[in-house]
Amino acid sequence: MLLKKTAAAAAVAALVATGAQAQVSDGVVKIGVLTDMSSLYSDLAGAGSVLAARMAIEDSGVQKRGLKVELISADHQNKPDVGSGIARQWYDVDKVDAIFDTPNSGVALAVSQVTRDKGKAFIVSGAASADLTGKACSPNTIHWTYDTWMLANGTGNAIVKTGGDTWFFLTADYAFGHALERDTEAVVLKTGGKVLGKVRVPLNTQDFSSFLLQAQSSKAKIIGLANAGGDTTNSIKQAAEFGIVKGGQNLAGLLVFLTDVHALGLNTAQGLIFTETFYWDRDEASRAFAKRFAPQDKGIHPTMIHAGVYAGVLHYLKAVEALKGDDGTKVIAKMKELPTDDPLFGKGTIRVDGRKIHPAYLVEVKKPSESKAPWDYYKIRATIPADQAFRPLADGGCPLVK
Amino acid sequence: MAATTQNISATAPNASAEARRQRIGFVVMAAILLVAPFIVYPVFLMKVMCFALFACAFNLLIGFGGLLSFGHAMFLGTAGYICAHAAKEWGFPPELAIVTGTAASAALGLITGLLAIRRQGIYFAMITLALAQMLFFFYLQAPFTHGEDGIQSVPRGKLFGVIDLTSVWAMYFTVLVIFLGAFLAIYRIIHSPFGQVLKAIRENEPRAVSLGYSADRYKLLAFILSATFSGLAGATKAIVFQLASLTDVHWSMSGEVVLMTLLGGLGTVFGPVIGALIIVAMENYLSPFGAWVTIAQGAIFVACVLTFRRGIVGELAARFGSEHKSSS
Amino acid sequence: MEIFGVPTQALFGQLLIGLINGSFYALLSLGLAVIFGLLNIINFTHGAQYMMGAFCAYFLMTKLGVGYWWALAIAPVVVGAIGVIIERLMLKQLYELDHLYGLLLTFGLALIIQGLFRNEFGSSGLPYAMPAELGGGRNLGFMFLPNYRAWVIIASLVVCLGTWFVIEKTKLGSYLRAATENPALVQAFGINVPRMITLTYGFGVGLAALAGVMAAPIYQVAPQMGADLIIVVFAVVVIGGMGSIMGSIITGFGLGLIEGLTKVFYPEASNTVIFIIMAIVLLFRPAGLFGTPK
Repeated sequence: MLLKKTAAAAAVAALVATGAQAQVSDGVVKIGVLTDMSSLYSDLAGAGSVLAARMAIEDSGVQKRGLKVELISADHQNKPDVGSGIARQWYDVDKVDAIFDTPNSGVALAVSQVTRDKGKAFIVSGAASADLTGKACSPNTIHWTYDTWMLANGTGNAIVKTGGDTWFFLTADYAFGHALERDTEAVVLKTGGKVLGKVRVPLNTQDFSSFLLQAQSSKAKIIGLANAGGDTTNSIKQAAEFGIVKGGQNLAGLLVFLTDVHALGLNTAQGLIFTETFYWDRDEASRAFAKRFAPQDKGIHPTMIHAGVYAGVLHYLKAVEALKGDDGTKVIAKMKELPTDDPLFGKGTIRVDGRKIHPAYLVEVKKPSESKAPWDYYKIRATIPADQAFRPLADGGCPLVK
Repeated sequence: MAATTQNISATAPNASAEARRQRIGFVVMAAILLVAPFIVYPVFLMKVMCFALFACAFNLLIGFGGLLSFGHAMFLGTAGYICAHAAKEWGFPPELAIVTGTAASAALGLITGLLAIRRQGIYFAMITLALAQMLFFFYLQAPFTHGEDGIQSVPRGKLFGVIDLTSVWAMYFTVLVIFLGAFLAIYRIIHSPFGQVLKAIRENEPRAVSLGYSADRYKLLAFILSATFSGLAGATKAIVFQLASLTDVHWSMSGEVVLMTLLGGLGTVFGPVIGALIIVAMENYLSPFGAWVTIAQGAIFVACVLTFRRGIVGELAARFGSEHKSSS
Repeated sequence: MEIFGVPTQALFGQLLIGLINGSFYALLSLGLAVIFGLLNIINFTHGAQYMMGAFCAYFLMTKLGVGYWWALAIAPVVVGAIGVIIERLMLKQLYELDHLYGLLLTFGLALIIQGLFRNEFGSSGLPYAMPAELGGGRNLGFMFLPNYRAWVIIASLVVCLGTWFVIEKTKLGSYLRAATENPALVQAFGINVPRMITLTYGFGVGLAALAGVMAAPIYQVAPQMGADLIIVVFAVVVIGGMGSIMGSIITGFGLGLIEGLTKVFYPEASNTVIFIIMAIVLLFRPAGLFGTPK
């Protein structure tokens, strides 16, 4: 009798197990982390993003519950054609079900299109373009972590409110820089500030002295750096050299990451104000995460991009488990249906246009004397509540929004 | 610096055995390309073919014209952008978009050729580099290219209004036809009287001039032809990948095509194809390893220059061709 | 008072900055000019060697506690020694061949070096502090001039003119110039030509590294720092005349000024103006402004 019952139970269990797996394509949920491992963004994303994905898969526990998950990764080298080529190959040949991360908006937009054509899933953490949930929104794409609108509004708003009402922009002369400048200018003007001037700087300029001089002579209280990566670190370093902050003007970094501050050193970066959506030292949960993350990433502490990959994978697996399947479009829909809850971003939601909603934090870089340990870089000045941090749903021009 | 300089590509006299070998080579190549998509991912093969065409076009200029251009990316990229823009914004059907892109590169080749041909050797290389850089910065800022984002979602369209190119097979065979056709055209050019004069000019320009040939005119024509076929490669690539980006006009792309041709064998007929295959495969399969791809490319450059100057096909030809060296 | 819409004060400030940048270009292109002018080698690795100089300074500081002033002396020697090894092992074999092989080899080396550094150190770069003695600045009325930038102008002038003097006006320099024109004859006089060539290459590389050390406090020390700069430096050397040391010095300073002006009046073009000038010069004077046609 017992044997029969056990056999029956085993049979049912087997049926249920195979039932669950029968809807997961090829029996495996295959996750691909497409990131920049060799150029500009390799520190703030790169190998750290792959690590974050791996940690999320382990922490989700889905493998113990019978779901098979595989992880692969590749370097898109910041080139849209390499990125879209890898995405195509992953979807067509390697049976990847979902792609994560993708710093660089050009690559992300290309991958978003390919993902849509093939009905898979794409969860962006690294890229900044607000178009991903605006005119280029897609039922197969979710934009986690941040976007240009949030950066512009968060930083712009907060700074004007604290008295920084005259601005001068140093803008990297390409689409991303223009977008940042445009969004920030709109916020500044809306909150009653003035833009005293702007200068367009060619990408990858090494020497900003001439542009900083123009910024200095404008006498604007705030110099907005609408650039990223090496351009930002170089302009900040040289601003210190030219005594800009000592002369009474402040720098507003519009896109700065923890790894940029590390590369600059606190001496140069102190006082810089900008917006992020995750800081490793914000609360117990984030500290615990960082403690596990850093030793596995050469001591680099997690940036908000890494956190976004972690949280995105967690939520994706949650949706796959609930759906018992990994069809891209359906999983994305499920992810929007389920509220999110992870140790790094807290509770949040995903809107119909694919935008993940969570609070943002206005941070200021500490002075060297205030920092107690390596990577102890930020003070959190203010929290921007989730419902105000991102662009209102109706303003994006996304065709999915009725 | 001192006396004997060996020209950057060496040759040897032709023989009909050589021509027969090349015909066989062509048939083999075509056969492989017909069968391969059933085994290897077709999109990868299409990428190889586009770059192989680019390298063959580049080889026309350096292998046979003796002119090293360090700015050839401008032809690849310009055609890509124009083709993408035509297909997406003007609604051109794919064949017309490709033709438009190619024509744009040809025109660019004429203009830049007129400027560059007047100099030789390292100065020629530097002028082409300068012109390519100017064009890069222009494309970086021009609104129609969307800068870093590139022109995205280029429609594949219907070839001649009938064949839907969104099907992988239709696209593959279209690219195959374009590639084989262009390859044959380049082959004919190399072996035509024009090609012979070009080689003569490369070997000994004063003598060729003394024989009454206008060296500048021949070099300019070679330059324009090289630009046109590079453009064809770029425009086709834009339709296949539905994307035109700054990568294709960046100077590192110019460096890559030099690498492909050098690795395969300067002045050989099939060398550029082999070189392109290896480099594209390397990028594809080594991509999980990040910066190692750049290091590997650098190492190949160094190895080729030091020990492997004739390139793969060149070395093979020397090994097995006894008195026949690289092609003519 | 305004000139073309820009107040004169601002204009002078920009011109001074242009001069400072120019001195940097001059220093950087000096090494390249020496190597090409005397050895006919197109050293594409120059950018990577500049980067190695900056990294060397960083390591001297962080691992050995050796400061900026010592780094100015040590880094060029270290990187120069690496240059000597490169020359002995690889470049030597290419002297009989077309110059373009040298270009391709050094291009490949640059890729390898930059790739290795990027693998090891990431791409964001590392912080290098401004030496305390050179920090701060003075207000000149029309602009605030950081002391470090003033130091760059002085150092650059000293090194450039010193190098020019040695090569053009001393006996050693004349041996070198003779050796490149007719090595066999000079060797017959008992002068060790290959060794001179090796040391000259090492010297040129050392100059690149020196520029790297000088750059470390003001530009981010990152593996890619030399990659885009190398093309500009090439343009300077080509415009100045690939055989002429003085040519690249003058062009370097001149370019800094022109670029500075462009940044004021039409900043978007500041990257391209040098290539436009280079194309124009190559069309009308292919040997460069000060060069002698070879």
